[in-house]
Amino acid sequence: MLSLLSSLLCLFFLFLISCFFITSHFCFPLSLPKLLGFIKITASRDDDNKRDKGTYVDGEDELQREMMPRHVAVIMDGNRRWAKQAGLLTSQGHEAGAKRLIEFSELCFKLGIHTVSAFAFSTENWGRHKIEVKCLMSLIQHYLKSKIKYFQREETRVSVIGNLTKIPESLLRTIQEIEEATKSYKNKHLILAIDYSGRFDIVRACKSIVKKSEKGLIREDDVDEALIERELLTNCTEFPSPDLLIRTSGEERISNFFLWQLAYTELIFSPVLWPDFDKDKLVEALASYQRRERRFGCRL
Amino acid sequence: MAERPGQLRRIGGGISQLLEKICGFSRRCVFRVLSMGPLPNHLAFIMDGNRRYAKKRGLEDGSGHKAGFSALMSMLQYCYELGIKYVTIYAFSIDNFRRKPEEVESLMDLMLEKINSLLEKESIVHQYGIRVYFIGNLALLNDQVRAAAEKVMNATAKNSRVVLLVCIAYNSTDEIVQAVKKSCIEASGNYKHGDTESGIEGMDMEKQEKRIQLVEIEENMQMSVAPDPDILIRSSGETRLSNFLLWQTGNSQLCSPAALWPEIGLRHLVWAILNFQRNYSYLEKRKKQL
Repeated sequence: MLSLLSSLLCLFFLFLISCFFITSHFCFPLSLPKLLGFIKITASRDDDNKRDKGTYVDGEDELQREMMPRHVAVIMDGNRRWAKQAGLLTSQGHEAGAKRLIEFSELCFKLGIHTVSAFAFSTENWGRHKIEVKCLMSLIQHYLKSKIKYFQREETRVSVIGNLTKIPESLLRTIQEIEEATKSYKNKHLILAIDYSGRFDIVRACKSIVKKSEKGLIREDDVDEALIERELLTNCTEFPSPDLLIRTSGEERISNFFLWQLAYTELIFSPVLWPDFDKDKLVEALASYQRRERRFGCRL
Repeated sequence: MAERPGQLRRIGGGISQLLEKICGFSRRCVFRVLSMGPLPNHLAFIMDGNRRYAKKRGLEDGSGHKAGFSALMSMLQYCYELGIKYVTIYAFSIDNFRRKPEEVESLMDLMLEKINSLLEKESIVHQYGIRVYFIGNLALLNDQVRAAAEKVMNATAKNSRVVLLVCIAYNSTDEIVQAVKKSCIEASGNYKHGDTESGIEGMDMEKQEKRIQLVEIEENMQMSVAPDPDILIRSSGETRLSNFLLWQTGNSQLCSPAALWPEIGLRHLVWAILNFQRNYSYLEKRKKQL
């Protein structure tokens, strides 16, 4: 009886210890999907002879080269909460967020993603405290100005999309400078949405079409989805519709970021705060994206 | 002895009626608790997973959609009992026309049958006084379905208690394209009416710009009959919008329960509303900042 009890206890503790190594922290309920994922990854790692190494991204056994998204969009949420949790100022939270964006985009380009777009400042954000808004504007300006040579070295094109009528003159000049300095690069594209709103983008495109129609440049019958897409601010990129949108900090909303462009985008809502969204989290998100079945309304 | 099966049936019927009454009572208690907090005004559903449900249960293809319809009726009943005024459902996308012709035909037949059943006296439409709108490019539907949809819209036009918006042959991008076309026609109509004497070159830029400002894209959208959804629920665990209400869901709470649509139940609705209530005060604060 005693020996049976002790063997059961041993088995139980063995299970708990293995779960402890699988999950990053000990939590209830123990994550069955994570356990299954760990078993799958371990089993697949032993199968080296059968895997074609060229199919997978260098250094990342979970990510298939062919199934990488071409355009990844990100809503960088959680800077202020991160700063509060770390006992720092809000401005330091945003600075950590900016640093994370540079690392994130560098990583994406290294993994073979062509376009990265980031929701840096929404039209709704003008309603925040004046000091925070001023700090954000100067942070964006500082980062753009200091990183011009970096983007040139990395051959990354930088574009800024948005209303841009309310932003300070100095930031506008910096934006023009960086766009001019990097406009010739074609393989990597970083799009920053500043003072952007999805509805503003659509209305702007529609007004442009209505004006052209009034002048007789186009007929009503010519108005179709492709025409509207060409008029949107994302016409600066070869891939205007993101394949994947990541929003951090656990909020499950689009918050008036891309609206038209997200028609068929896979959405991933990560509970992690933006400054903590490191390489592991990105690889996890991309692996999840690759497991999804994209049907576009029909059966594949 | 011969009376026994009959007696057993009566007892069974009595028990199930009692269980139904208990479930109904518990449900009303849950709704009373939920009503203590803010409730959404408009809920939207993407009813995904019918085919996977049929496959999972080993049923024939069309049965998944029939089971999905029953789940829809239950969900509508819960929403209207709770006091939600607007419910929108994604019944058929323009992209779905690209499915196999047999599947499209069987879906159209099912929709015709169910649209016609809405006019029956015992239907949910009469029970809750629902005004029904069919939103989408109805010209793409066959004549029978389109005629049935128009009949239901006319018959329920006087109802005002609650509203059901059925998106059929719908794509959000198509909705925006139709709104722009309408705006172009209106703008050129205004131009012809207002400027018969002076040519376009003679008119000043300010007047031109002002007239274009008056042309509101949003007003020309079919979904302008309802406010923006507060919550968008997509079943089957997929998290994407699939070209549904892109303009309208910019600030909506998105929920993607893992359950397939025929398996969706009260607990998923309650969970979505609790999440909505959790974020409500933050969202209201943000709206006031604008």
